[in-house]
Formats: sequence, C-alpha cells, structure tokens
Amino acid sequence: MSNGKKPREVEKKPEGVIIKSDDSPAKMEVRHTEIKTEGDYKESPVYIYHDWCVKCGICVAFCPTGVLARKPDGSPYVKNPEKCIHCETCDRLCPNFAITGAKQK
Amino acid sequence: MQNIPQKIVQGKYLRHKKNFPHVWCPGCSNGIVLGAIIRAMAKLEWKRSNTAMVSGIGCSSRMPVYVDLNTLHSLHGRAIAYATGMKLYKPQMNVMVVTGDGDATAIGGNHLIHAARRNIDITVVLINNYIYGMTGGQYSPTTPTGDKATTTPYGNLDPTFDICKLAMGAGATFVARSSAYHAIEANNFIRKGFEHKGFSLVEIISACPVIYGRLNKKGSPADMMRSMKKNVIPQKSYDKLDEKQRNGKMIRGILQDIDKPEYCEVYDELVQSLQNKKGNK
Repeated sequence: MSNGKKPREVEKKPEGVIIKSDDSPAKMEVRHTEIKTEGDYKESPVYIYHDWCVKCGICVAFCPTGVLARKPDGSPYVKNPEKCIHCETCDRLCPNFAITGAKQK
Repeated sequence: MQNIPQKIVQGKYLRHKKNFPHVWCPGCSNGIVLGAIIRAMAKLEWKRSNTAMVSGIGCSSRMPVYVDLNTLHSLHGRAIAYATGMKLYKPQMNVMVVTGDGDATAIGGNHLIHAARRNIDITVVLINNYIYGMTGGQYSPTTPTGDKATTTPYGNLDPTFDICKLAMGAGATFVARSSAYHAIEANNFIRKGFEHKGFSLVEIISACPVIYGRLNKKGSPADMMRSMKKNVIPQKSYDKLDEKQRNGKMIRGILQDIDKPEYCEVYDELVQSLQNKKGNK
C-alpha cells in the first residue's frame, strides 16, 4: 500500500450446516447456524422455547390441568410437571410455535 | 432433534431457520392457523414441490413467507384469480389460497363467488378477524354492527356478511367454519377441504387483540379466545337459542359437502372431444 495502511480484514461468517433437499421447490443450499437451546427438555414434559415466545399468555390460560404458570414479567414456566396429561393443547394453541408437548413414555 | 422447538417443524414445511420469529402481533391467531395447515399437509404427506400456496395482501397473506412451498404473494384481492390460472395450467398440483376477510370478500369478492360457481379444485382458507389489520384498522364487510374501527369511531352502521352462506349460495361444494380456539377441529376441516375435489372454503374465526380487541375493549388474547368458545357454537346448540340470544353467535361445523363436476375435468373432456372430431374428418 502506498499510504502505509493495512488492507482491511474481512470478517469470516460462522460456518453453518448446509442442507440440501430434493423435495424443496427452491432447490438451493440454505446455510444457517444451529439453534441454541437451554432448559430441561429431558426432564420436563413441556418444553418452552423462550427465543420465540412473545408472552401472550394463551398457553397458561388454556392448560386444562394447570401445568404452566406465569412469571412476573409474563413469560411462562413449568410449575407442576407431574400434572401433565399429554393433551398437546399448548402445542396446538401457541401462535408462535414456541412450546412443545413431549410424547408420553 | 432436540434443538428443534416444536414437533411440526419435523415435517419440513416450515422455514423455521430463516424467517422466525414471525412478524405477527402477540396473541394473533394466524400462527395457530399456520400450524393447522402444516399439520394437515403432513397428515396427507403432500410433496412440497407439488404444492402451491397463493395469497393476496394482508396480515394473513404474510403466511407464504414462512412455508417452504411454491408460493405466490399477489395483488390485493386477486389471489383466487392467480390460483385459478395455476390450477388450470397444472391440474395435478395441490393449490391452496390463504386470505383474510377484507381481502376475499371486499376487494376480491367477485373472484370468490365466481371461483365457487366454477367449482375449480382450490382450497380457500379464509381467516376472519373482523377488521383490516395490516393497513391500520379500517372496518371490513365482516365487522359486527355497532363495533368500532379506526374509520368508524362511533360504531359501524353496516350489516355484516355471512361468508359461508355467500359461498354456499354461489355454489361452493365444500364449506366449513371453525375458530382458532377449536384448533383440532380447524385442522380436521382444512384436511377435509384439501381432500375434497372441487371448490372448498374453510372459514376460521380468529382474534386480532392488538387493533380490534383494543378498540372494542375485548381484553387479553386469552379472553378473546374464550369469547370464541362462547360465540362459535355447533348447529344443535344454535337451534335451542331464542332469536335474541342468537345475536352475535355463529355456527361451526361442515355446512355443505356435495359432489359436482370439477372444472379442470370438464375442460379436459371438451378439449378431447374436439380433438377427436378433427381426427375423424
């Protein structure tokens, strides 16, 4: 360089998983990073994905046995995991796909 | 597979790693309807390359962005016209239309009745939230009389449209109504609409808690869902009510299910008969 400046470094994007599928109409490679999760998926019958949750309160209002409850900020949490009857009501009524009812063992 | 937040993602129809979380307001029922559509497609094992979703303009018409199908985001109200062309060009393709109440009955009302009259094999999933949500809360043909919208601050004067009766009168062969609260029933009706050969319309009553609910003081999203449980009732309990009590109630269930010749088949028969005539000469 004539000015003595160093060439600007280009940031490398994190390498994600490449998924190819024949069935998709787009037929293009989709590069993305894996979703990080936290929580107790193995122990609890209901799993809440807090990144997508918008705290609307529908899952807490319509759980028939009272498994879920709300924190003071409005976000749901699993209060009584032993009461779950695996009806999947929370699963179907969540508008944001943020809650999963696990299968009965 | 533990990274995946919900089971329906395993059907590969949702673009859950690209466009999520979605843009709909907290408590909006569009997400519930999207889940019901995806469960119905997964049950029928439809191929993604052989399925098309068409939409117009509106809140519900944002849905094609979130699915990995052949999608078309078209002009306001003209979704059914686009879908008719698509179905006629490729009759083996599964075509569905996702519209809202203002999109399908006000601006595209003409297209809706004529597609029903023609009996072309399209499934229309109509999400009825009583208001134009995306454009700022204008009143739509299905806003109940007396309710407020941003363009009717002292109450709406117009009587409402009954969309299912409109479609039945126009000659639709499969008409059903359900609500977002009855999510399992909505899922079953959408699946039956997909299986049905001919024009099928599934109306789903939904909640708009941010604009319609706030203007009319309907309460939280959960309260609006509870009012759906009260107001959208089956035929038997509707018959027991008086005329005064029927005000504001709606019938849910399969309202019409008949067989009629389908448009693409009739068209093919006409083409073949004309070709045979030429060959004979």
